Amino acid sequence: MELTGAEIVVQALKDEGVEYVWGYPGGAVLHIYDAIFKQNDVRHILVRHEQAAAHAADGYARATGKPGVVLVTSGPGATNAVTGIATAFMDSIPMVVLTGQVPTPVIGSDAFQEVDTVGITRPCVKHNFLVKRVEDIAETIKKAFYIATTGRPGPVVVDIPKDVTDPNVRIPYEYPQKIEMRSYNPVERGHLGQIRKAVDLMMAAERPVVYTGGGVVLGDGSAELTELVRRLNFPITQTLMGLGAYPATDRQFLGMLGMHGTYEANMAMHEADVLIAIGARFDDRVTGKIASFCPNARIIHIDVDPASISKTVRVDVPIVGQVKSVLADMLRLIDELSCEPNAEALARWWARIGAWRDVECLAYDHSDEVIKPQFAIETLYKVTRDRDFYLTSDVGQHQMFAAQFYPFDKPRRWINSGGLGTMGFGVPSAMGVKQAFPEADVGVVTGEASVQMCIQELATCSQYNLPLKIFLLNNGYMGMVRQWQEFFYDGRYSHSYVDALPDFCKLAESYGHVGMRIEKPADLEDAYREAFGMKDRLVFLDVVIDPEENVYPMIEAGKGHHEMHMSPHLSSERELA
Amino acid sequence: MRHIISILLENEAGALSRVSGLFSARGYNIESLTVAPTEDPTLSRMTLVTRGDENIIEQIKKQLNKLIDVVKLVDLSEGPHIERELMMIKVRAEGAMREEIKRLSDIFRGSIIDVTANSFTIEMTGDGNKLDAFIAALEGDTIIETVRSGPLGIARGGRRLTLTT
Repeated sequence: MELTGAEIVVQALKDEGVEYVWGYPGGAVLHIYDAIFKQNDVRHILVRHEQAAAHAADGYARATGKPGVVLVTSGPGATNAVTGIATAFMDSIPMVVLTGQVPTPVIGSDAFQEVDTVGITRPCVKHNFLVKRVEDIAETIKKAFYIATTGRPGPVVVDIPKDVTDPNVRIPYEYPQKIEMRSYNPVERGHLGQIRKAVDLMMAAERPVVYTGGGVVLGDGSAELTELVRRLNFPITQTLMGLGAYPATDRQFLGMLGMHGTYEANMAMHEADVLIAIGARFDDRVTGKIASFCPNARIIHIDVDPASISKTVRVDVPIVGQVKSVLADMLRLIDELSCEPNAEALARWWARIGAWRDVECLAYDHSDEVIKPQFAIETLYKVTRDRDFYLTSDVGQHQMFAAQFYPFDKPRRWINSGGLGTMGFGVPSAMGVKQAFPEADVGVVTGEASVQMCIQELATCSQYNLPLKIFLLNNGYMGMVRQWQEFFYDGRYSHSYVDALPDFCKLAESYGHVGMRIEKPADLEDAYREAFGMKDRLVFLDVVIDPEENVYPMIEAGKGHHEMHMSPHLSSERELA
Repeated sequence: MRHIISILLENEAGALSRVSGLFSARGYNIESLTVAPTEDPTLSRMTLVTRGDENIIEQIKKQLNKLIDVVKLVDLSEGPHIERELMMIKVRAEGAMREEIKRLSDIFRGSIIDVTANSFTIEMTGDGNKLDAFIAALEGDTIIETVRSGPLGIARGGRRLTLTT
């Protein structure tokens, strides 16, 4: 089979089993777009801004576990995608981004729409390539998918100059079945001796805590994690990225930890004698002040990336391997040794945790007059708990309220930008999820500031009939910025008021969608049900919430887990043990 | 602590900038860096001198290993090794000074590789301390120009950094 470079690009995607490509055409990728036009296997979704293409592919990858694919042109096409690439990089999301480049003879001459894409993206990709010969396209794409999806996943950029896809040059095509790279050999199994050490430590533990992150979700280790935690009767807490890997409604789940984590999760971390960290990277939003982090704990750390181990916190038992296989080995070893955790100590530990739970750190003042954001999320859970539901989020207070008040019982259901904290992520990532699971309900929780960063994608939703349910928690502020300004800048709300808001209902309607504005708590549930009742329509719910509600508990940056600000609702107990 | 790290990396465009970019992005310091292809033209060998406490050096090695273009690396400072650096130094050499500088160069086992009526260019190899000592031995205004390669390193004895080990 003789193909042009452009046809090879598309055929290679087919051979990788790619269903969807999110992209935006331009000069340098016109040959590739022409090849896309001539086939029906790989479906191209036209976004309205390249950032959204990357977020949509990212959302698809997070929900399905398959790599997301993006196609953009050179210059501004590539630079617009960078925010989306960096977002995926920070959260280790498998993605292959094809960027057009100016023809090889003019590279370096400041040609029209030329940027050094490989240079610009280098710090925010797992790897990137510049393809200089048509003969190299197939193998490079194969490598890109291999690198993106193995080991610790991440985005890979393949930069393709226009002349390499010349329609007049045809070469024989064969897609490599297998690829081997001498410089890249991701680890699969963990070291059994280390796993044995970890098991010994866990069995001797008196105050153990399991702390898991996005790695368990990405590594499909949820079943093994759940079995292990249940068998040992250990308490478990999760990071923002880890939510859903263990059922949040289970009694052993302490809630999220870290800056906006629960009192019981953070106190348990502070008092733990053995910490089992799985697929988590000791991010600063999780650890707080390193010097006060888990001061009494021996630490076991399971992670596929050796560079994550002892990066910020020294660990005692490092285990490098895929979480799924390490946890399976751990379970097998516990069986073989027929060892048991210290039940007596665990009973005492659960009693202490029970006392922390009794504080009810997430309690808030209910109101009949104004919608509390917490109530908006609780109601969303009530309405969707029995549905096949995915929730994506933008970044800010609404994201934290969703993480705290929506108990996710399954992995890959909670999709948000954790590491980079990218406003604008919510709507486009939901498009990717909806594309992957057309029968499921896909919701977006967002704020009036975040949503405007990719609001143009309402058009994409219209064109491809993506009936998302968008829950805009509208408080008129960049809520998290305002909260910090209230706490740390004496209430000087510098530029955090979102003035000149559009009429979101009319805006949604102008794109052909349904807009609803909800102002009273009593109307909320019916409005949500009505929205989900409109199965084939995108419904944009402008939910007017209490403008000055804050997210509690809160650990200030640079403070320890035991130094939480609690809700004034609990004011009498502000100084908790 | 000063560490000298030897790296085998794919001889690909951009491989060097991945390494240097890693150091600048993560705030690690590079004291010197030298790179050239090996007898196998698909591989380059880089010698990198850096400083940091134990944790930082461990992270540097892990982050380097994580780069797709890095095939293998070794921290030479962990065992006995040899370091050599090449310097070429152009010095003023006029009148009586010519003989004096020639003698000094001989003491340091340098060789004069270019001569004009009023200057010498001296080639010298050794570890960094020796080159520093030669520079210190010259009077300040004698030096016209210096160029140094940065250290190269290799392990002593049977230890080696190759694809097959």
